[in-house]
Amino acid sequence: MTTDTLRLATAGSVDDGKSTLVGRLLHDSKSILTDQLEAVTRASRGDGPDLALLTDGLRAEREQGITIDVAYRYFATPRRRFILADTPGHVQYTRNMVTGASTAELTVILVDARNGIVEQTRRHAAIAALLRVPHIVLAVNKMDLTGYQQPVFEHIAEDFAGHAAELGLPGFTPIPVSALAGDNVVERSTRMAWYEGPALLEFLESVPVTTAPADAPARFPVQYVIRHGEVRHYAGQLASGSLCVGDRVTIHPTGETSEIAGIDVLGTPADRAHAPQSVSLRLADQRDVSRGDMITAGVGVPALTQDVRAAVCHLADRPLRAGDRVLLRHTTRTVKAIVKDLAGATELTANDLARVTLRTAEPLPLDDYAVSRRTGAFILIDPADGATLTAGMVDLSSPG
Amino acid sequence: MSAFALSHLDALESEAVHIFREVAGEFERPVILFSGGKDSIVILHLALKAFAPATVPFSLLHVDTGHNFPEVLDYRDRVVAAHGLRLHVASVQDYIDRGVLRERPDGTRNPLQTLPLTEKIQAERFDAVFGGGRRDEEKARAKERVFSLRDEFSQWDPRRQRPELWNLYNGRHAPGEHVRVFPLSNWTELDVWQYIAREDVELPAIYFAHHREVFQRNGMWLTAGDWGGPRDTETVEKRQVRYRTVGDMSCTGAVDSDADTIEKVIAEIAASRLTERGATRADDKLSEAAMEDRKREGYF
Repeated sequence: MTTDTLRLATAGSVDDGKSTLVGRLLHDSKSILTDQLEAVTRASRGDGPDLALLTDGLRAEREQGITIDVAYRYFATPRRRFILADTPGHVQYTRNMVTGASTAELTVILVDARNGIVEQTRRHAAIAALLRVPHIVLAVNKMDLTGYQQPVFEHIAEDFAGHAAELGLPGFTPIPVSALAGDNVVERSTRMAWYEGPALLEFLESVPVTTAPADAPARFPVQYVIRHGEVRHYAGQLASGSLCVGDRVTIHPTGETSEIAGIDVLGTPADRAHAPQSVSLRLADQRDVSRGDMITAGVGVPALTQDVRAAVCHLADRPLRAGDRVLLRHTTRTVKAIVKDLAGATELTANDLARVTLRTAEPLPLDDYAVSRRTGAFILIDPADGATLTAGMVDLSSPG
Repeated sequence: MSAFALSHLDALESEAVHIFREVAGEFERPVILFSGGKDSIVILHLALKAFAPATVPFSLLHVDTGHNFPEVLDYRDRVVAAHGLRLHVASVQDYIDRGVLRERPDGTRNPLQTLPLTEKIQAERFDAVFGGGRRDEEKARAKERVFSLRDEFSQWDPRRQRPELWNLYNGRHAPGEHVRVFPLSNWTELDVWQYIAREDVELPAIYFAHHREVFQRNGMWLTAGDWGGPRDTETVEKRQVRYRTVGDMSCTGAVDSDADTIEKVIAEIAASRLTERGATRADDKLSEAAMEDRKREGYF
């Protein structure tokens, strides 16, 4: 039997019961083994195991009862495997939600049915929209504390729909749940007969996983040059599209062209390679190609530019100011850059979302993030201490 | 629109190879922690594929507790010779003989590995250290990044981890600091075994069911040997067992098993209701946060 993998992330405010939901998902899908459950039961204060302790793995998290950092969980059903990024909800840890969402194909945004949509919910929706997470689930939790009432759920779903439309979210799936009581998490609840949709796990099992379109333009960031005798193999992971032996290719930023003479998939020759395979290429001509260059083929050559317009989420405690000199990391290339404009703001502080303009020391082959999450993404790095400052999503269409 | 999808194992393999090549491209002196256990064996196998047809541009580092299984040391030496690799050894026994480290009353040497490891990293100026750690192993490991920055004392501070976005790994570090790199972060125990089966990777024989003299301590079957077991009150018996993890003899337990082929091992793991560390590691049972505390000090 073939199974595919869904990468998902959770998001929710403090005390919305996110860790309990994840714990319930793992527990009820029988992904918790006996010794883990025994350890949690030992550490629990009340009756029965506190499922939140399954995921809060750090001393400080258990002491404070909050999730501080992303934890990755792995579970499987007969239909699918899951990699779940369990991210913290506290405002000061929003950057960790960005970390989880950057590789996720689905985000579960949790709200407390008693409180409805709060500022953190809107922030989480904005981040999911910005990072273009393909699928959103709105899990309305703690339905047990609102008498499992349909109007409560429907009012929250409608409210969220308004925000989703404003943010340009493609759509979302609302599900009423009680993580504590186990309603609609793995099994459909009998206490909400008015709800006709799937339980959360059913939905996670059936949502289509994005596969790489083979006809997307080929993008191959060169990671490393493998020298073997006289032959140079350009190693990398195809960021999008596919490449064939015989394809005409362009090398950026030099603009030189060549032809693919050979493809090796981890030591085995192949005629063709697809994203996201890690492969190595040989070219028909001796060209000066090194780490940081990008090999492309087909139509849609990326825009080579030193003026980067992007949406960003600032992650670091130190602010980002216009005029700051930073390092910009795009695919395998790191270049110097200056922050030119912060859409009128004087500085960005941690967790701020903004549109910015940067000027790089060298031209970069950029794609719109809307087209490619791989070749349209970058991070800004503090040249002084190497800290990751800001997550960036290229938006070539925004006014410069 | 036609689409292409990698199988689960191919996707994990591709991601791990990407991580190896990032390190090769960005660091000066990377090293692979190699214990002869299945995870480090898979790490080495992936590295060999990542740089084929050339050789692996990293050396190996083994933290030798002095209580190793002979089959594992034999395996280690054969692999090093077969691939023309350079092996560094950090020896716990040396530290005990020199009086720098003291044997613990419970005889386990796992916590004693941290100092020889971190001093070796400093002495050799390793700037990237690959480990076979997986996030499914343990709840503190579930919190760790793929690129995990360590300070000059090799310490891990979970609150100060860098955000890690997309596949853009940030390996910047100051002199004296290094980065621990975990290419198997997203693999589970079952993934590792299925990959070993698919790739036909050789393992030390102790992973498969065999008859061995063992005795029971704290609910685990430990191998009798020079390292200090059994005590007078413990009795040795011969049982058919295998190992799920490879570590220091004093704290790595065997499980009763008749799985003598890789297919049987996979079936056994898929049906097991115990995690591999829960089943076979005494040191993780010391406290609720045993792994987190060791990692903070520099353990892998």
